[in-house]
Amino acid sequence: MNWFERFMKLDRRWIYLFLITVCLLAYYSDFTVPTIREKETGAIYNFIDSLPAGEVIFVAIDYDPSSQAELHPMTYAIIEHAFRKNLKVVFTALSQNGPGMADQAIHDIADSMRVEQTYNGVSYPAREIANGVDYCFLGYKPYYALVITAMGQDFRTPFPADYYGTPLDSLPLMKKLHNYDDISIVVEVSSGNISDAWISYGQGKFGFPLAMGLTGVMTAQYYPFLQSGQVMGIMGGLLGAAQYEDMADNPGLAKDGMRVQLPAHLVIILFILIGNIGHFASRKNRKNVQS
Amino acid sequence: MRRQLPFFFVFLFGTFMVVQNFVPHEYSERAKEFLSDWTIIIGIFALALGIWSLIHVSLDKINKRKPNWEYSFVTLVGLVAMIFFGFTANVSGSWLTYFAALMVLLISLWLLVQGILGAGAGVTKAKEKFFAGIGLAAIFTFIALYDKSWAFHFYTSEGLENPLFKHFFSDIMVPLQATMFALLAFFISSASYRAFRARNLLATLLLIAALIVMLRFTPGPWGDLISKTSTWVMNVPNLAAQRAIVIGIGLGMVATALKVILGIERGYMGKG
Repeated sequence: MNWFERFMKLDRRWIYLFLITVCLLAYYSDFTVPTIREKETGAIYNFIDSLPAGEVIFVAIDYDPSSQAELHPMTYAIIEHAFRKNLKVVFTALSQNGPGMADQAIHDIADSMRVEQTYNGVSYPAREIANGVDYCFLGYKPYYALVITAMGQDFRTPFPADYYGTPLDSLPLMKKLHNYDDISIVVEVSSGNISDAWISYGQGKFGFPLAMGLTGVMTAQYYPFLQSGQVMGIMGGLLGAAQYEDMADNPGLAKDGMRVQLPAHLVIILFILIGNIGHFASRKNRKNVQS
Repeated sequence: MRRQLPFFFVFLFGTFMVVQNFVPHEYSERAKEFLSDWTIIIGIFALALGIWSLIHVSLDKINKRKPNWEYSFVTLVGLVAMIFFGFTANVSGSWLTYFAALMVLLISLWLLVQGILGAGAGVTKAKEKFFAGIGLAAIFTFIALYDKSWAFHFYTSEGLENPLFKHFFSDIMVPLQATMFALLAFFISSASYRAFRARNLLATLLLIAALIVMLRFTPGPWGDLISKTSTWVMNVPNLAAQRAIVIGIGLGMVATALKVILGIERGYMGKG
């Protein structure tokens, strides 16, 4: 057995150990990953950034904790950007564990808004974010396709009350909001099939601008909708979130996470290369033995 | 008649929903909303059926001491506890009777379900278990009515703001699910090392495309070139393949829907 063949039979636990060591070293090291800005993410950032104060955006938080590492940073980056711009936000969470994720994000961002910050040279004063005034969280209802369609008629049809049980008509923000016609953009942050429903039953039927925040593995699937114009922008995985943070000049969870993701990806690439070198070396050896 | 009636309803409502989609009249929209409400109502019954099925399967696993039966306890306790936490809130700061009520509720439900299932299977003492469960349910009701340290809050902010409900989600559910998904990185690294080989032309193309897309955010002098190549890979070959898949799936869905509406596909009736 030659060196490569022995290497190919390496116990997988060594690979796991190597990967976790690299991840830990990267996590505790102080460096920044430069981010290349892509137009798919830039389209979403520019659209939200150009909205005048008081406009309403709709954020659908359709993911579970399993995807929070990739998608929570997107949610945080977009919502904080919107609140700093004095935009109003309507939330829904149409996946089973989505309400918990949305509730957590709303509370965390409301906390961070209490601190004055300067982004891209503009100073944003500290402010309180009030439920029913600055945002409304509609909550969860089963059968997302039906809910998305029903919201096109009136938000009150599937959600007579918000997540906390307050009737929508008693919330100042919701008094003038009836359906997607009153919304500037829908941002769908998702890790599953709900994205398809937002395209088919939401954007397809009601024609609102739809932006998507997707996990890395999902991103490739949605490029046809980007080119057809059904989706106006895509944030793909942690990289997309980091690009958004970079544009908003608000480095956070994504930029931080990229410090770990980059070395982890490089390790995986390294293993793929070693595996292939070993494969070709073994094949050459076998051919030599046969001849 | 037992078979013809469901086929007739499927044909009627299936055809109606197809036609309705192209009729933007107020009555048409109202009819759709009405039928959509029915879908949600039927779905709620399915949810109840699912919970009963989960309880049934878990109890069966525990009673027969099947492999990993201990985890079924965790499932059942988690199921009841999260519902209890979500619908109740402590209003006094004293947790003693709150947890006592939860324990009584858990044991009561345990005995009731054991009694109901046991009676059907002819298990001895099933009747006694059932009545013991009824007794404990009465005690739980008594505690709920007279203990003022906690209260029921159905679908209001008090229940959703219950710290136990929040902590169980944020500190147990979130880390568990995130950890399970994070393990994927380790499996991928091991699998890529062993299986991701350039064995033939197609596999080589796949490998190169994957490397380019993974490397697109790598800093360095090649960063811009790799980023542009990655964008091309996503926008041209990927787009062409994905569009073909999407169109294929769409046509398949239309064909399947037509087969169901016309009664050619009858799998949903339990027979092919």
